[in-house]
Parts: sequence; structure tokens; C-alpha cells
Amino acid sequence: MVRPGVTTGLGGPTAPEPGSPALATEAAERELGLRRVWRSVTADTMGRAGLILFAIVVLMAVLGPLIFPFDATAVNSSELLQPPSPQHWLGTDELGRDVFREFLAAAHVSLVVGLAATAISMVLGAGIGITAGYHGRWADTGLMRITDFFLVLPQLPLVIALAAFFGQNLWIIILVIGMTGWPTTARIVRSQTLSLRERQFVTRVRSLGASNLRILRVHVLPNVMPLIFANTVLVIGGAILAEATLSFLGLGDPVQVSWGTMLHFAFQSGAIGRGAWWFFIPPGVGIVMVVLAFTLTGHSIDQAMNPRLRGSR
Amino acid sequence: MSRFRYLGRKIVWLVVTLYFVVTFNFVLFHLLPGNPVRLLARSGHLTPQAVAEITKVYGLNHPPLEQYLIYLKGLLHGQLGISYTYREPVSTLLGQYLGNTVVLLAAATVLTIVLGVLAGVVAASRRGRGYDSATVTASVIGWSLPTFWTGLILAFVLGVWLHAFPIFGMETPNAVYVSQFQRIEDIGAHLFLPTLTLIIVNIAQFVLVARASVIEVMSEDFMLTATAKGLLPRRVLWRHAVRNALLPVVTASALLIGLVVAGAIEVETVFSWPGMGLLVYNSVLNRDYPVIEAAFLVFAIVVLLVNFASDLLYQALDPRVRES
Repeated sequence: MVRPGVTTGLGGPTAPEPGSPALATEAAERELGLRRVWRSVTADTMGRAGLILFAIVVLMAVLGPLIFPFDATAVNSSELLQPPSPQHWLGTDELGRDVFREFLAAAHVSLVVGLAATAISMVLGAGIGITAGYHGRWADTGLMRITDFFLVLPQLPLVIALAAFFGQNLWIIILVIGMTGWPTTARIVRSQTLSLRERQFVTRVRSLGASNLRILRVHVLPNVMPLIFANTVLVIGGAILAEATLSFLGLGDPVQVSWGTMLHFAFQSGAIGRGAWWFFIPPGVGIVMVVLAFTLTGHSIDQAMNPRLRGSR
Repeated sequence: MSRFRYLGRKIVWLVVTLYFVVTFNFVLFHLLPGNPVRLLARSGHLTPQAVAEITKVYGLNHPPLEQYLIYLKGLLHGQLGISYTYREPVSTLLGQYLGNTVVLLAAATVLTIVLGVLAGVVAASRRGRGYDSATVTASVIGWSLPTFWTGLILAFVLGVWLHAFPIFGMETPNAVYVSQFQRIEDIGAHLFLPTLTLIIVNIAQFVLVARASVIEVMSEDFMLTATAKGLLPRRVLWRHAVRNALLPVVTASALLIGLVVAGAIEVETVFSWPGMGLLVYNSVLNRDYPVIEAAFLVFAIVVLLVNFASDLLYQALDPRVRES
């Protein structure tokens, strides 16, 4: 059975060694790798902080609205931008609604957009990266030219233009952020696939007559997966920031409260000039918490998986 | 000779990419369903005659290929359409706003790079100690801050609460200046908070890149030689390590430009700085599509050119690049 700590230790190799004898061992090593990453992340201060923050945000998003339901239509014109009170723990917004409840109701949007948009980016990025790296030749040249092209396009102006042209609802926002966030992933996955393709165990199974599809599915994909995963966690932070920014600029989903739209209305209603800090501080703190949760965890995973990266980002 | 070949290849790639950006822009915003007629119709009821009229004005009655050629020809003549809200050619508008953005971005970028590299080098030289881990933690937190929210907080604390800096526009409204110097001083005061915001959110890149790069160089043999020669540690660090560690910083600078452009849109919105970003924000609120589209084109071209310049700089700094 798997004995933890056999090939591990922080400096140990992450991907299975080239030419692992049997597939079973390979799978075991992989499991070991994941467990090692988990242990390393939970042992690291940054990683622990990230995981704890993540747990807090998930709890807030799931339980918050159940305990403190938010009624978006409970507009009260006699209580506009009121400071915190026993009745309204975080005061009221520009329409006299409870900021604390609104804050909790908005929590899930960041998570949903971040995860869904990143899923799109990852599928695109991994698909393009693996195809380019494994197929090589013209597919590699062509796909990498396309990737480089999208890499230099400034993401925010593009996302703004797309969201403005194609309408404002959560799914379009997810699609737009997801479709613009894949180039870095494609680059990283490609270089890993390139090196895998030439490894001994891949050439061996190919000479045994394994089809390309099988090699990709059984040998390449599982070995690229950890890398994709580390990258994913870091990309999520960017996607969440993109959603918040779009919403702040007034391109958010009008029927869906998010932290970004709350800040949009705080800014538009002059909450800053009036010193209504209870309205514009909580949503920002929320955004920073989610992004920080993913950045810290991702940073920690990255360091656990790439010993060479230790000390850099 | 190879130097010119490298330059030639880069120029060809630049021209091809520029062409693709323009075409991408056309396909995305002219051919796909979001065409001007539909967008105009969304804002109100249009009679069939009006639709036909608009279709003719925008040349939408031509086949796609012809529209594309008309679009390219217009671009070559600097025609980017007419703004719906300002009722002026978009190119005139961009001309008015672009300069202010350049002022803001130049100030912010130079300061970010200089301060970031300094902080990173100092952190690297004290690796593993309190200052080092504090710098890294602060950088990661800074990276996680939404630019616009950081701006809002700074505007609130330093502007509304402490009244230390102006938070609106580029100059004090209706101000009468005694001298040109006083005017520059006023603009400088208005520049302070937007610049500070951009530095806070973007500096992480440089701190971390410079730090990692210096740490890597410090493990090289020539560093040991320099120390063994009896040079002062300070001289070893700044003359020998930093000089060789600057290449990754050049690359990071090119990557930063995308962030800087995004940051400009957010910061100019928050502080009403009359630049491209504020123009984009107002156009988004008014659904002024020609301006949004043209702004994307301009931003994309600027980013492309900066990347091109950084490639050339990289090549000039590191002769090894030419060989590969």
C-alpha cells in the first residue's frame, strides 16, 4: 500500500519519474503527489490562511442568505444611507436596504463567476495547450500564434467591449471572462506536454501500439493535471476581480446583486463623499477575502509543486 | 546580420498582429449580432424606414467583405466612427483624452517600476528575515486588491476624511493660476491619489520578480568572485547582482502594460481623471458603442507597441536572445 513519505520530502519530484514501471505505481505516486501537496499547503502559513479564508467565504455564501435573507425590493426612502444601528448591523444602502443582508446575498456571485469562468478558461487553455504540445508541427505553430495574439490583447478593455455589446447577464459575463482568460494556461500546458511527449514512458507505450487518444487520456492528461490545477487556483482570483470590475463599471447583471454592483451603486450615489463607509467598505473587503483565499492557496500549491519556484511567485 | 534578421522578424510579427487586431475588432463588433442597428433599436422603437436609413448610413447594406474593405479604408484615414453622445468624430475625442491618460500612466509606471525594483532588491538581500517576508506578504495582498476599490478607500481616507488631496478631476474647477508653475502644482496634487492607487496594486509584480531574479543571480559563481575580491557587499549587490537581474524585470514591465491599461480605466473612473478610462466609463454608461470599440482598438495597439519596444530592449540588453 501507499506509504506516505516514501518518495516525498519537499524537494522530491512532482511528476512521476520518466519510465515508471507499472501504471498502478504511477497512479499511486500521483495520489501521493496530491496528498503531499495537501500536506505542504496545510503546513504553510500562507496556504493555511488561504484555506481558512476560503472556508469562511463559502460558509458566508451558503449559510448567510439562509439565516439573514435579503429582500431586494425592501426599499425604504426614510432610511437612505443610514449608519450602522442595532437594527441594521452595517447600515443601509442608497435605497434604504440592509447592507449586511445585501452583502451576504451577493457573496455567491463572486464564487460562481470565478469558478465557472475559470472552468471555461481551463478547458480552452488545456485543450489548446495539449493539442499544440502533443501534435506539434503546424498545429503547434498555428495554435501558439493564436495564443500569443490573445496574450497581448488587453483583457479588461476587451471584456468591457464584449460585455457592453453582448448584453448584461451573469452567463454572458462568465462566458466573456472565461473566453479571454485562457492564453497563459495554454502556454504552460503546452510546454509541459512537449516535455512529456519525449519522455520514455510515453514513447514506450506508443511503441506498444497505444493510440494517440489513449496516450493523451491515460498518460499525458493525468501528468498535466497538477499543473493545470495550480494554475486554475491562481486564475480564479483574476476572474473574480474581472467580474467585480465589470460590475463596478456598470456592466454587471442588473437583476443580480454582487459586491461589484454594490460598489457601483455606492460610487454612483456619492457614498464616498458622504462618508458612508459602511456601504463601500464591506463589499471591497469581501472581494479581497475571496481573491486572497485563492491567491494564497494557489501560491502555496505552486510552491509545493515546483520546488524550483520556491522564493519566487 | 542576425541582429537585423531578428529586428525584421519582430517587425513582420508586429504588422501581422496589428492587422489581426483590426480584423478581430471588425468581426467582433461589426459582423457578429451586435450591429449598430440592433443596438440602436434596443434603446427605442424604430420605424422600418429609420432602420433602412441607418443601415445605409453605416454601410450595412453592403456584403460583409465590402464592409470590411470600407472599414479598413476608414481606419487608414483615421476614421473611427461618430460618437453617439458627444456627436463628434471618435478620433477627435480620443485625441483630447489620450494625452491625460499618458501623463497618469507615465507617472504611475515609472514610479511602480523604480519603487518595486528597489523593494524587491532589498528584500532579496535580506532573504528570509522579517523585512523580506513582510514585503512578500504585502505584495500578495496588494495583488489581491481591486484597483477601483483601493482608489475609493484612498479617496475616502486621504480626500474626504483628511482633506489632504483633491479627489476629483485634473485641475481645481474655475481656478485662476498666477503662474504656469502653480497650475503644474495643482495638476500634481490631483495626480497624487490616482498614481498612488496604481502603484499600490501593481507594485507586487515588480517586487516579486526583482526579488526572485536577484536571489537567483546571487547563487551564481561570479557573485562569489565579486565577494572574494573584497568588494563591499553593497557594491556586490547593486553593481553585480542587480545589473544582471534586470532582464526579467524588462519582461515583467511589458506584461504590466496590460494591467496598467486596466488600472487606468478603473482609477480614472474613481477620480474622474479626464482620460481614456473615464471616456470608456462614460461611454459604457451611455452605451456609446463606437467609442467603446475604438477605445479597445487603441488600447490593444498601445499594448502591442509596448510589447514590441520591450522585445527590442530585451534584445539590446541580452545578446543571447538574438541567437535563439
